[in-house]
Amino acid sequence: MRAAELLTAAIFVPILAALAIVLAPRRWLSIAATESGPDNDGGGDDPGDSGVLLVAEGPAVAVSAPAPPARWARVSEQQLQAAATAVSAIPLVLLAVTWLRFEATGGFELVEAARWIPTLDVAYRVGVDGLSLPLAAMTALVFVVAIAYPVDLRGRPVPYFALMLFLEGVSLGLFLALDLFLFFVFWDLSLVGMYFLIGAWGHGDAQRSALKFFLYTLAGSLALLLAILGLYLASDPRTFDMAELIRQKPLGADGLYATLVFLGFFVGFAVKTPLVPFHTWLPPAHVDAPAPASAILAGVLLKMGTYGFVRILMAMMPDTFARFAVPLGVLAVVSIIYGALVALAQSNLKRLIAYTSVNHMGYVILGLAGFVAEFQVFAGTLAIYPVLAGVGLLGIIITAALFLRMLQRLFLGPLPQRWRRFPDLGRAEVMTLGTMIFFVVLVGVYPLWLLDVIDSFAGPFVGRP
Amino acid sequence: MLALLTVVVAAAASLAMLAGSEHLTFSDTYARDGVALWAKLIVLAATAGVIGLSVSWFRRDPRHGEYYTILLFSALGAILLAGATDLKEFVVAMLLSSVTGFVLAAYHRRSALASEAAIKYFLLGAFTSASMLIGVAYLFGLAGSTTLPGLSQGLPQGGLALVVGSALVVSALAFKMGAVPAHAWMPDVAQGSPAPAAAFVTSAPKVGGLVFLARFVISFPSGSLDWALAVAVVAAATMTLGNLAALWQDDVRRLLGWSAVSQTGYGLMAVVALGRSDLAVPALLFFLLAYVLGNVAAFGVVVELRGLTQLPAYSGLARAHAWLANALAVSFLSFIGIPPLAGFFAKLILFAAAIEAGYTWLAVVAVVNTVISIAYYARVLAPAYFGELSAPVPVLARWAQAATLASAFALIALGLAAEPLLDAFAAARLLPA
Repeated sequence: MRAAELLTAAIFVPILAALAIVLAPRRWLSIAATESGPDNDGGGDDPGDSGVLLVAEGPAVAVSAPAPPARWARVSEQQLQAAATAVSAIPLVLLAVTWLRFEATGGFELVEAARWIPTLDVAYRVGVDGLSLPLAAMTALVFVVAIAYPVDLRGRPVPYFALMLFLEGVSLGLFLALDLFLFFVFWDLSLVGMYFLIGAWGHGDAQRSALKFFLYTLAGSLALLLAILGLYLASDPRTFDMAELIRQKPLGADGLYATLVFLGFFVGFAVKTPLVPFHTWLPPAHVDAPAPASAILAGVLLKMGTYGFVRILMAMMPDTFARFAVPLGVLAVVSIIYGALVALAQSNLKRLIAYTSVNHMGYVILGLAGFVAEFQVFAGTLAIYPVLAGVGLLGIIITAALFLRMLQRLFLGPLPQRWRRFPDLGRAEVMTLGTMIFFVVLVGVYPLWLLDVIDSFAGPFVGRP
Repeated sequence: MLALLTVVVAAAASLAMLAGSEHLTFSDTYARDGVALWAKLIVLAATAGVIGLSVSWFRRDPRHGEYYTILLFSALGAILLAGATDLKEFVVAMLLSSVTGFVLAAYHRRSALASEAAIKYFLLGAFTSASMLIGVAYLFGLAGSTTLPGLSQGLPQGGLALVVGSALVVSALAFKMGAVPAHAWMPDVAQGSPAPAAAFVTSAPKVGGLVFLARFVISFPSGSLDWALAVAVVAAATMTLGNLAALWQDDVRRLLGWSAVSQTGYGLMAVVALGRSDLAVPALLFFLLAYVLGNVAAFGVVVELRGLTQLPAYSGLARAHAWLANALAVSFLSFIGIPPLAGFFAKLILFAAAIEAGYTWLAVVAVVNTVISIAYYARVLAPAYFGELSAPVPVLARWAQAATLASAFALIALGLAAEPLLDAFAAARLLPA
């Protein structure tokens, strides 16, 4: 494979794989039932119809097929999961290769471009720099782990793995896109993918949470769309090319127009990040999402908001950003304190969630902590304001207290009666969680390999040559 | 089918005309321009899709021969409307389209719902036809000519008579498009009339109506009327009312009817931007194409489910009929404007055109409305994908399925490969500009 196609492959291999397993005729891909559930809901069709256009969409169809397919064609849920994990690891490998080739020059590297809609100067443009490469690599890693993680699939494994793979490709595309239009396409697709994941495999009042998630984030994304259009219409010559827009910086610091465009971007990213007061969709989505989706939500989707802040607002509208830096910083700090305090009060929530499953709880707490950490990163970009940074530190301390309390309860607290027979972590769980813990420790102990890459991007922003 | 063959021949003839010059013809009464040709192709595409839906639906109906004749005449009315550049021609086209539309809506004459819908449709239509004739008489009296080029030269710079006359004509167009204040028939027709006919009546006349409205407003002498503001207010009112009303519907077809009203509101944004943004004409055409395809796909699913319309009946559809559920999802997501579907491109250019024309507030209203619309589309989609199947869902045969899936597929394809059409639409001229 040529070097220039690495990133494209990383984006589209998972998406194509997702399409392939959804569209594969059930003669080739039928899922052996792992448990004997009520499978007759697909059996109501008369065979004449199902022969025409139905595909393997869950075991409902596959299992109720009158003639069992050939033995080699039957795939168990575990085999499908292994295959999906293998596919999801391909982008990780590709991104590792990209990392080796990455030269940290400070600009966009390994750019791949193709014509798409020249009338509007929309093109397919992808590439990496010091900001997007680590984020993309992290995305790929989180997805591999999330897909490998065992979860109750409610008898519909094919759409589940297809959606996960689809979401992986879309998320990678978002971080690698160098075209605002492409960026927005991936942005919206990630919402749709997550909506179906939460709605179909969520717990509790999943449909309501999914709808809330969809409404809030789509409202944000439409504000983002208007802002993108505003920026596009202001550029000369008109273009959606990010590199060109970063060079042009089409809007000045002042003026109603620039303020409106800034507000559009701000609302779009703040909903996704999420900053107080746009955060109310997150807790229900986190609680009700299936555990791996929750991990993706916290680990990948929320990062998109902060990525947008840095990639678009700071890079393309630096003057306007500087004008609003103080109120933004205050908002970020409010979010830190608010997030930490609310997280502290979550013992009720934990108890509630403990009823569903233990691992789920871990993810929710991680999610809420991520919800806090998000703004520390954000405050870090505003470190020129020492007072705010000080308040941010307070947030870290409160978070630390929260974790200490949680650890104490986990290890030293009384074991509730109903958990006595709960099995310890299975092999797959140890493997996936272990990888994550390994990286957490690695980044903590030896962060240089990561910082070097990020530095190449961050340099210009702190005024270092 | 003979009807389908007619559509194909007409489409082939228009494709050949695309290469020709753009001018007014038949003594300035008919525009032979890019917009008219593309509008004709869009109407023909809608007609072809509806014929596909009708084949299965009317198979047992002994009168299905008449049905196709009327359908083709109605399509002709919409096509004439899109190309008319003369008020008399406009009247003929409107009446042809309306009269056939009433019959299509009432085709199941024994059904009480269909009769009610048709009566409502007819009464509103008769009322607005009268207003249209009076309006045309006013304008003729003012300008001394009925052709649009004649109007643009002969009309006075202002005055009450001009306002009244044009408002009367526009109200008739509002009826045709299903815009406020003459929108009330849309949900009833969508619910009561035969589902394939509903798919046609809620979409094809809209193409003609929107294009003629565009021609009509650009014919005013510059500075005579602030038509852009008036159309913008109508657009905002239409999309808001349509969306708010759709929120409470428990009947999928009625919901589609209200959503068709709100979609008209989005389409009017393109008319608002005419003359101030180069994107207005491409936005108008692309929106119409995306809307028509989405409408055929959405009603196609209803047809395929034998007109099944109660919301609970859609529960678990994805488990029983994955392709149908996917077609419904594609069509609804396209209505919402999720990339990379055709509806997204339509909304993108509509918003860009509105912002460029200085109507940012209208774009913001449209965005707020889009968010509202998610709620009711999700009310159908969520049970279809997340719900349990309650009973077996019988479906119609292949014709309707093929038409539905073809439309849904076209929505995806047009989204991914929008460039050729955008390019062609950008080159299309809207006469008499």
